[in-house]
This record gives sequence, C-alpha cells and structure tokens, in this order.
Amino acid sequence: MTVKVSLTVNGKPAAAEVEERTLLVSFIRETLRLTGTHVGCDTAQCGACTIHMDGQAVKSCNILAMQAEGKSITTIEGIASADGTLHPMQEAFRQNHGLQCGFCTPGMVMSAIDMLRHYPHPDEATIRAELDGNLCRCTGYHNIVKAIQAASQASA
Amino acid sequence: MYPFEYQTASSVADAASRLAAHGDAKLLAGGQTMIASMKLRLAQPSHLIDLAGAADMRGIQVSATEVTLGAMSRHAEVARSAAVQKAIPVLAKLAGGIGDRMVRNMGTIGGSVANNDPAADYPAAVLGLNATVRTNKRSIAADDFFLGMYETALAEGEIITSFSFPIPRRGAYMKFKNPASRYALVGVLVAQLADGSVRVAVTGAGPVVFRVPEMEKALTAQFAPEAVAGIKIPADGLNADIHAQADYRAHLITVMAKRAVAAALA
Ligand SMILES: Cc1cc2nc3c(=O)[nH]c(=O)nc-3n(C[C@H](O)[C@H](O)[C@H](O)COP(=O)(O)OP(=O)(O)OC[C@H]3O[C@@H](n4cnc5c(N)ncnc54)[C@H](O)[C@@H]3O)c2cc1C
Ligand code: FES
Ligand code: FES
Repeated sequence: MTVKVSLTVNGKPAAAEVEERTLLVSFIRETLRLTGTHVGCDTAQCGACTIHMDGQAVKSCNILAMQAEGKSITTIEGIASADGTLHPMQEAFRQNHGLQCGFCTPGMVMSAIDMLRHYPHPDEATIRAELDGNLCRCTGYHNIVKAIQAASQASA
Repeated sequence: MYPFEYQTASSVADAASRLAAHGDAKLLAGGQTMIASMKLRLAQPSHLIDLAGAADMRGIQVSATEVTLGAMSRHAEVARSAAVQKAIPVLAKLAGGIGDRMVRNMGTIGGSVANNDPAADYPAAVLGLNATVRTNKRSIAADDFFLGMYETALAEGEIITSFSFPIPRRGAYMKFKNPASRYALVGVLVAQLADGSVRVAVTGAGPVVFRVPEMEKALTAQFAPEAVAGIKIPADGLNADIHAQADYRAHLITVMAKRAVAAALA
C-alpha cells in the first residue's frame, strides 16, 4: 500500500506517494533525487546519512519517511547560501582538508553543525566524543576535528 | 523490510485501541531498535503505531521527591534537562551516554526499557534507582519488571506511559563501552537512596540487568570504594562473546562499581 507523505525539505514543500516501509533516506535519495545524503552502512552505525529533522541531527537510514510527515528537514544540499557561498562548516572542511574520498562528509558536516548548536566552542575531547556516531574510513579524523574547531572559531 | 500499515496514535488510549484492533500491531517509539529489527526481518508487524504524537506520553516533571519521565522522553531531552541534571544528575548523565547524538535525538526511555536489551543503559537506571514503571494498566516496581533477556513484565498490548524515579541522596553510573556498538560491555549504577539504603545494578554483563546484594550490603555499612574492592563476582552465567569473556566481565563489575562509588562521592 502507498501513503502520501508531505514535509518541508530545505525550505520547500515536498510531497509524494510512497510505500509505508520507505526509509527517510530512500525518500530523500530516490524520490527527491537529493543524493548528497549518503548510505554507508544502512544499520545506523556510520552517520553518513545524517540530516536535520526539525533542527535535530538524526540518521535518516533508521527513520521511516512517515516519521518525518509534517516536519522540516535539511539535507547537505540545503545549507549553502542561495548564491553558492558555502556554509561556514563546509568552508572549514574545505580549508582544513577535512575530507579525502568525501563519502562520510555530508554526514560529518550535518552532525558537526548540530554539535556546535549545543557546544558552541568545543575542545578537542568534546569534538571527538560528540563525533561518536560518524565514521570516516579515510582521514583518521585529525583534520575533521581541526575543521570543526575552525568553524567554531569562525562563528565566534 | 516486510510491508506493514503505518498509523499514528494521538494518545495512550488511542494507541491501546489500535493495538487491540490488530493482532500483529507493534508500537513505534523512536524506532532506533524497531526499524533495525524490521530491516533484518526479525520483526514483522502488520501495523506500526507511531507514538510520537501521543502528547500524554511526553514531558519531564520534577517534584521535591521524584522525577517523572514520560515514556516518549528522548534520550537527548533527558540528558539536557536542567531539572533532571539538578535532581538526579546520574540519570541525565546516563541518558547522555547512550549511543551517539543522532540516536539520542530519536531514542526514548519507553522504547529502551520495553525492549530490555541486555546491554542497554536505562534498565540499570530503572533498577538501580528503584524506579516505578507506569503503564496504561498498572504500576510495576523495577524489581518485578526485568524478567530475562529481552523479556519484561509487560503483558500483550500493555503500554508504558511514564517512569517515576525517587530522588536519591547520591548516585553514579560507570559504563565500559563497547567501542563499536556504544552499548555497555558492562555498566554499573550505584545509588544511595533517600532512606540510606544502597542499590547496585549491573547491565551488559548478564542476560538481563541484575542487582548485587553483597555489594549493596557492604556499601550500606560503609559507602566507600574500598567497601566493594574485595568483592569478586562469579563468572557463571555471565555473557561471553567476541567482545569479552565472562571472567573479564565479572572483573569489570567490581572495577566499575568501585569507580561508580568514587564518582558518587565526588
Ligand atoms: C547506533 C546505535 C547505538 C545505540 N547505543 C545504545 C547504547 O549505548 N545504550 C542503549 O541503552 N541503547 C543504545 N541504542 C538503542 C537506543 O537507545 C534505542 O533508542 C532504544 O533501545 C529503543 O528506543 P526507541 O525509542 O528507539 O524504541 P523503538 O525502537 O521504537 O521500540 C523498541 C521496542 O519497544 C516497544 N515500545 C516502544 N515504546 C513502548 C512503550 N511506551 N510501551 C511499550 N512498548 C514500547 C516497541 O514496540 C519495540 O518493540 C543504540 C541504538 C543505535 C541505533
Ligand atoms: S547509512 Fe545511516 S548510519 Fe550509516
Ligand atoms: S573522507 Fe572518506 S570516509 Fe571520510
């Protein structure tokens, strides 16, 4: 059976008929074709699928599209300015070489933005602890931590 | 994932009647366990009843003697609640150490306790702080709630609505994390309750959360890390897997208990 799901995605209304078992990440990637949100593990471990739902970071591979009904979600495509200026967190990742293959990056950036909302000036230990839910196979995390620190100073 | 019908409940009563109407219906709280088991086809509900819209299952209240958490309180809400941090700091801290930030933004205490994973954190808080589990049918004392691996006193169709935690004098929770899953390899909650009695609850080590009467007795006599340092826990019946042998877990119980007492006194 299909049901209608309606929500706000990156500030614009979005609606579609989906199967009830559709995961939010499949809705984002396959229905809306917003493929910046990645699927690394599909088991809620890696954080590559992290998006914001009503302003909170969540793993979209572990949520049904129907659980987002009526809510406002933001994906990696929705954080830069309309003129293409990168979000300060994206810019900090770029400046600090906080990525290599880039697969984990959308989730890292979305998670890091959420982190700074709760810890505006985190020290290194806090950043590492709060990144618990995001795995990176390439960078060894050093430059990711540096990028988040730089972003927290940029927004000071 | 097998197909199912998705429904939303507007209240506890509404959820109960929807559950009763469909034999194979299941509740959906944060979905952080449920969706994974459905993906693995370990669960195959005909109907999924989302509790997110049930306003009477939300809310955190703190009185002079107890903290009440609605079953749909998210881990992040409990961790960040200034009122909980003040009344029962160990409860806020335990909630803030569950999984990772994204899991804490969705997962709920009701879902965690109903699921009763042998390595989950909240069962240690419910048992160690002598909480009462309130359902749509009755109140259940923590000592009567956790029956076995993934097994609780909840009857078919029974819904947890809230939890009441009496405010203790002091308490602390020490978790030795499995670094991959973030669940507790061993977690020990030690609490000195308002009447001076002591509870020690252990999660992760056995098939279900359990108390350690010998440690409770020693700590009632003398609330100090030394009181438990010499108490060895037998490894029989403890969990053994690729992450840790039973004797290692047994050893960790004493170590974590000592650290929890020290932290409770700090
Ligand atoms: C990556 C990851 C790491 C995690 N790490 C930890 C950890 O370190 N420690 C830990 O404790 N947990 C951990 N968890 C589990 C997490 O805490 C879950 O949120 C929790 O176990 C289930 O809560 P939920 O609200 O998501 O429930 P759901 O998954 O929605 O439901 C779980 C079960 O409870 C039933 N249920 C839900 N609400 C009620 C109710 N009110 N009354 C009766 N039955 C109900 C459901 O029908 C279902 O059977 C982790 C999860 C993930 C994905
Ligand atoms: S794809 Fe969602 S956490 Fe890995
Ligand atoms: S940059 Fe490759 S996984 Fe993180």
